[in-house]
Amino acid sequence: MSLLELANLRGGYGPVRVLHDIDLVVEEGHVAVVLGANGAGKTTTLRAISGLIHAQGDVVFDGRSILGRSPDAVAKLGIAHVPQGRGTFTDLTVEENLRVGAVNRTDGEVKSDLDRWYSVFPRLADRRHQEAGSMSGGEQQMLALARAMMARPRLLLLDEPSLGLAPLVTRELFAQLGDLNHNHGLTVLVVEQNANLALDIGHWGYVLEAGRIAVQGAAHELHDDEAVRKAYLGF
Amino acid sequence: MSMPSDATGAAVEPAIGTLPEGAEAVTAPGEPPPLRPHLPRPVLIARIVIGVALSVAALYAPFYFTPENNRILSQALYLSIAAMGLNLLTGFTGQVSIGHGAFFGVGAFTTAILMVDHGWTFEATIPVAAVLSGLVGLLVGFPALRVRGLYLALVTLALAVLFPRVASKYVEGAGGVALLRPRRSEFASLIDGLDDDQWAYFVCLVLAVVLFVLAWNLVRGRMGRAMVAVRDQEIAATTVGVNLAGTKVGTFALSAAYAGVAGSLSVMIDRIADATSPILYLQRSIEFLVAMVIGGAATILGPAVGAFLLVWLRRNTEDLVEGKEILAPAIFGAALIAIVYVLPEGVVGGVDRLLARVGRRSSGSLVRPAPASASDVPDDSTNPGGSHEEGT
Amino acid sequence: MQLFIEQVLNGIGNGVVYGSVALALVLIFRTTGILNFAQGEMALFSTYITWKLASESDGFGLPIVAAIGISMAIAFIAGAAIERVLIRPVEQARSPLNVVIVTLGLFLGLNSVAQLIFGTDPQLMPSPFPDGNVELFSSGGDAVVVSKATIGLVLVLLAECLLLWFLLQRTKLGLKLRAVASNPDSARLHGIKAGTMLMLGWAMAAAIGALAGSLVASQRTGFDGSLMQIIIVYAFAAAALGGFDSLIGAVVAGVVVGIADALTIQYVDPLEGIEVVVPLGLIFVVLIILPNGLFGRRTVERV
Repeated sequence: MSLLELANLRGGYGPVRVLHDIDLVVEEGHVAVVLGANGAGKTTTLRAISGLIHAQGDVVFDGRSILGRSPDAVAKLGIAHVPQGRGTFTDLTVEENLRVGAVNRTDGEVKSDLDRWYSVFPRLADRRHQEAGSMSGGEQQMLALARAMMARPRLLLLDEPSLGLAPLVTRELFAQLGDLNHNHGLTVLVVEQNANLALDIGHWGYVLEAGRIAVQGAAHELHDDEAVRKAYLGF
Repeated sequence: MSMPSDATGAAVEPAIGTLPEGAEAVTAPGEPPPLRPHLPRPVLIARIVIGVALSVAALYAPFYFTPENNRILSQALYLSIAAMGLNLLTGFTGQVSIGHGAFFGVGAFTTAILMVDHGWTFEATIPVAAVLSGLVGLLVGFPALRVRGLYLALVTLALAVLFPRVASKYVEGAGGVALLRPRRSEFASLIDGLDDDQWAYFVCLVLAVVLFVLAWNLVRGRMGRAMVAVRDQEIAATTVGVNLAGTKVGTFALSAAYAGVAGSLSVMIDRIADATSPILYLQRSIEFLVAMVIGGAATILGPAVGAFLLVWLRRNTEDLVEGKEILAPAIFGAALIAIVYVLPEGVVGGVDRLLARVGRRSSGSLVRPAPASASDVPDDSTNPGGSHEEGT
Repeated sequence: MQLFIEQVLNGIGNGVVYGSVALALVLIFRTTGILNFAQGEMALFSTYITWKLASESDGFGLPIVAAIGISMAIAFIAGAAIERVLIRPVEQARSPLNVVIVTLGLFLGLNSVAQLIFGTDPQLMPSPFPDGNVELFSSGGDAVVVSKATIGLVLVLLAECLLLWFLLQRTKLGLKLRAVASNPDSARLHGIKAGTMLMLGWAMAAAIGALAGSLVASQRTGFDGSLMQIIIVYAFAAAALGGFDSLIGAVVAGVVVGIADALTIQYVDPLEGIEVVVPLGLIFVVLIILPNGLFGRRTVERV
């Protein structure tokens, strides 16, 4: 059952059209990876899903069309979007950041979720009263992930999580992501330039080029296919 | 003020130690950016024709208009000088000041004191006024290094409020208050055949042209690029060798000198240096800022256009409300808001955009230095006060 | 000694006024990131409305406390409207300078319209506080007193601070407000309606301004259109001194400014006539040593 479906998605910024007819499916419980060079339209795709930009075509989430809804409405439907640059609330503390993630929840389990994520990311626990803006890039990325999870989303959109992170930290991050997907059934759509790590935890992959899908296939196949790797993934 | 963005327009938080992706604001020294891309022929010709027409009009104006109107034109001219100075500091270098009225006041009082108490001729006082206000600007510029953004704005506001108080303490005019009125005859024309008001106009005009050309050259050169770099991405600017402190302080001093010259000229035009009102110089500071913004910040013609527009607006709102003078500021305020609503980049900026649509790429001779992010691709900045687009 | 204490109390009385306006300034800044130069004139307009509601001779003759309450409610709505109609569209064009121009336009416009509607004559504002003084102590000769009104002002201010602090730091709504101030786009992605939060910030600040203006006017022998013009400068001084992101800082700084001003007037003769140098000078000095104000938090700039 597909949780997210993009059909004939077109969009961009004002007169600049970035996406041309994107068809994309994310199955529930899967990790879908979107790869491509800078400028290919990866981030724009995520933004179209979240309603941050105007788009045409259709975006169907859990059977319902969500195209044209405002970002806050999309978020309330259960889609958590971690933007490029992490979207940290720099003036708030770590704990406050996490609480923002849960701000629309009405159940009483926010506290226990906080504890849970503190144990998954002990470095965040150490800094819980520290101003989030003073943390390193890697820590902020962890924070962004935990904050997104605090909303108990059904779908997680991740935009270039590895950007600016040291390799070791990136590895750790993707390990966490893989674990969240494997053991907790989180559906993920991750946009990445770091193809290797992303494909390792992914189920299905799309390669974007100039706003269109150039190649798609099972993640491990894309990973092993030399031609694809050389042409699109640069390794 | 703006985050660099990658080609998709998303904000990119720069990785530590590297230049932000897509940051075009800083070019390595020695590599001039194409500030004058090729203009389509018709636009170029139109420009030249308009330029010549305006010059002729400017030179002929004082012989055509009444002394009263010449006075108003001269006011617009010195206002544009002050606005240009502020533009260098705020528009190009990004240091917001609402205190330039104080430097204006320093220039005005320098001229007034030299004339009234020491008998100098007016024209000789102008360079002294410029130097003195420049020095004060230098003095303020150093501590201003420590203070950022809105705090800087407030410190400069304090300066503008402080000035009349300090001046009134140490300056005493004929009536015992801090008000100096050099005699009208002391401003007599130095050229036979020119009336006093015409001479005054020409002095203002010449100085305005000289100072604007100076600013234009500055902005086109290395200093100009340094200024824009400081405005757009300070930290990155230092990594390519921009002298942060030097640029900021230097620009402060220079902009103060401009304001000082304007103040000096104002004494000739308005024949008064007045420190009795505690908020007068704050109002002046606001005038400079408004002229700069409605004309078009970070452009060369903007301050001049804005100054003339401001003076025109003031005159017309005053006329409009004969009998209900109290409404004048309200209409003026409403007009300001309307202009900024409709033309967020000021008049010159708006014209630029129009020409860009008509021509090929963005026009160059009005000198808009390359912004850090393409104007068509909205940068998804993640700082407060960023996009508030939403249907609520 | 007695004179000193009296001057300090005097200063506190004035300082509380500066602090309460500074509170509104800081509130708007903390929730929207904007410096609202029109804050004083917005307060002035609301003050006139309060007067109109409370005045026996020219208005509706309502009890002063009710009048203030209604005026605050009107200000609340007006503040939200101003944000939505005037500020937000201009800000969307992404130039903070333009927003400054709009607030300056409001500054000019509101003052003039207020005088047009309500007239230019000085008016009297009834006081919500009981008359009279409270004796603090007596030292030999006369007693040192503080007016009940001053105590009332201080209490009101403290209550405001407490309420605001609680709202911002301890409630979900406060968290949303601060999140939007910190990163509006990211806040939206978390399901927060950023626009609503911005309107709320302006609405609250306008209401606080209405309260501050009404109380200030009630302590004077008459008020007119010039009520807020000097106060706003001192209020900005206080807000800057306290660090723009601290509510309690604004209040404390307001009191500091008030005391410094009063003491200077009394004791420092060479500065007679230019006592304003002291609070303003204070800002210079403090900001140079502590560029984020006395209570502002250090912002670490990560590249």
